[in-house]
Amino acid sequence: MSERAAFEFEQADGIEPHQTFGPEYKGPGPNLWTQVLRILVSVAIPLIAFGILYWAGTVVLDEDANRVLVVAVALIIGVFGVMFLFYAMDWLVNRLPERYRHYVLPFVFVGPALFLLGVFLLYPTIVTFKLSFQDRFGEGFVGFQNYVDLFTDTNTLEALRNSILWVIVVPALAVGIGLAFAVLSDKLGSKGEAFSKSFIFMPMAISFVGASIVWRFIYNFRPEGFGDQIGLLNGIWSGIGFEPVAWLLQEPWNNFYLMVILVWLQVGFAMVILSAGIKAVPEDVLEAARIDGANEFQVFWRVIIPMISSTLVVVLTTIVITVWKVFDIVFVMTSGEFGTSVVAERMVTEFFTNSNEGKGAALAVVLLVAIIPLMVLNVKRFQAQEAQR
Amino acid sequence: MTTTTADTAATESDYVPEEPGFWSRLFHLWPVKLAILIIVIIWVIPTLGVLITSFRAPAQVQETGWWTVFTNIGSNEWTLSNYSDVLSSEGFGNAFLNSLSVTIPATVMPITIAAFAAYGFAWMDFPGRQWLFVLVVALLVVPLQMSLIPLLRLYTTINLNGTFPALWLAHTGFGLPLAIYLLRNYIGSLPSSMMESASIDGATHFETFTKLVVPLSVPVLASFAIFQFLWVWNDLLVALVFLGGEPDVRVVTLALNNLNGARQQAWHLLTAGAFITMALPLVVFLSLQRYFVRGLTAGSVKG
Repeated sequence: MSERAAFEFEQADGIEPHQTFGPEYKGPGPNLWTQVLRILVSVAIPLIAFGILYWAGTVVLDEDANRVLVVAVALIIGVFGVMFLFYAMDWLVNRLPERYRHYVLPFVFVGPALFLLGVFLLYPTIVTFKLSFQDRFGEGFVGFQNYVDLFTDTNTLEALRNSILWVIVVPALAVGIGLAFAVLSDKLGSKGEAFSKSFIFMPMAISFVGASIVWRFIYNFRPEGFGDQIGLLNGIWSGIGFEPVAWLLQEPWNNFYLMVILVWLQVGFAMVILSAGIKAVPEDVLEAARIDGANEFQVFWRVIIPMISSTLVVVLTTIVITVWKVFDIVFVMTSGEFGTSVVAERMVTEFFTNSNEGKGAALAVVLLVAIIPLMVLNVKRFQAQEAQR
Repeated sequence: MTTTTADTAATESDYVPEEPGFWSRLFHLWPVKLAILIIVIIWVIPTLGVLITSFRAPAQVQETGWWTVFTNIGSNEWTLSNYSDVLSSEGFGNAFLNSLSVTIPATVMPITIAAFAAYGFAWMDFPGRQWLFVLVVALLVVPLQMSLIPLLRLYTTINLNGTFPALWLAHTGFGLPLAIYLLRNYIGSLPSSMMESASIDGATHFETFTKLVVPLSVPVLASFAIFQFLWVWNDLLVALVFLGGEPDVRVVTLALNNLNGARQQAWHLLTAGAFITMALPLVVFLSLQRYFVRGLTAGSVKG
């Protein structure tokens, strides 16, 4: 008993990763000047870097400039410039009296990132909340009018319905096919497995725009009598004796034809993660189940699935978030017409095409609010992980 | 003496199992192989169709389906003119350079800043360390749509719209949460004894970071770099909002989207354009797949 406790203690002592280190400081605590210095070092690096970038990117290198030069300058600033700023800031802070140095130094490291997160994510989130209660020019307050409009307007209601359909169908199919492929390819030799996986994986490198073009070609339609079908689906369809169909105009089925594109893109992700999860199931557990008389189906459903359930949850939530924010596919394929709009696409249409800032902001808030439960789940999962460490 | 050795050799060789022949190996587990083959074919065909079409003569593209190249082998006309047309007159050549100008800095900048932050979160002591990191984890899933309107207004006031720095900064901000999260998990799991001995030897935090932590973190830096590269290169929304479709600055995704809007049925150009946008990410992805998979699994399977 005590032996085990000692062992655990040793282990914990050895691997505890998040104890900090450095010379211990027993001087006076932080004061007002420490706070000011902390903010200064956090803000200085991004602002100086921005100033140089701005100067280099708009004054020195205008539109006619050589692109290679632009990239070279940006790289020099982005890597060496930023690195040098960190170095200079570290040097400056080390010239400070000990009591300031101790309290300010960590903010040289994390400050710039926190400042950028604030400017590019936190501050805009707050402003967007505020804008969602304002009119289309982002001026006078209109109360909940934008939200009332969202939930009474037929366009946005349709977008909500479609988004919910997307969020149900795409993750289910992507995880189903990905899991099936992971299990099947696991039975091949390692070479065959890696080879076959890379084909399923490949669409992950393709942009949503590119994938949309690829699939718009597949769904391409020509009315009968206007020549051979050059879209694959209608080629097959008319080849087996049916009349060609304008697939993307078939409400409400066109929604599913668009979902196929995202499934095609996401199965690779599901497969890779689930495959790693399946390989982590210990072989002797599977062996024990087989000795107890379980057949391969029982092994799969009663042993493998429960053992990879946490991985399944991670994969599902990740894909759900991706699907919920999908914009490009609908925008490129149908521009949200023919009953195919989704929330993220409406958001851009309202804000960008119709220049209605209030409504666009309200739609963005809807996007965020629906994700908050997953955000909480994410944070809880992270805290559980930390507790295990 | 010799006979004994020969005998043992003979008996040993009796136990060697016979190598299964080529055909029996091929048909071993055939239902599994068949199912895999079918899925792989379904997954490859869409891209294959685009690839083949992009090399066919424009008249043939409009006349017959791309799959007929396998049946009418004699009458195929192959050409590179689709690519040269798209690259020059449709402006994809310039767009390709613009995409590089946007993507490379927007990949490198978040890595530098996030690596410092990850080190700070993992190994330095400051008030709010825990909850600030929880904030980073929460920001991982905030839709970037939340940021578009206010950032566009901010960019308008400082006259940054339609410039490359606008995109570099936006992508840096949007990429930071994932970068900090991935890097901090990795840097935090480096052995603390190593950090302590560096400190005892008189190394400052800055020296420990540059001379010890960064060289050890190359694999995770590489996997984030691939993520961010693919994300920025393939992005349409951020480029559409902050860069716009002006031919001199637009990136490949925007060029492809514009071509798609303007020339709906010009499939010989659309397929060539699509392939130009895909080429670089596919090369990067296929050659660095190992790092990418490692990053994916480290980000998701842990715990």
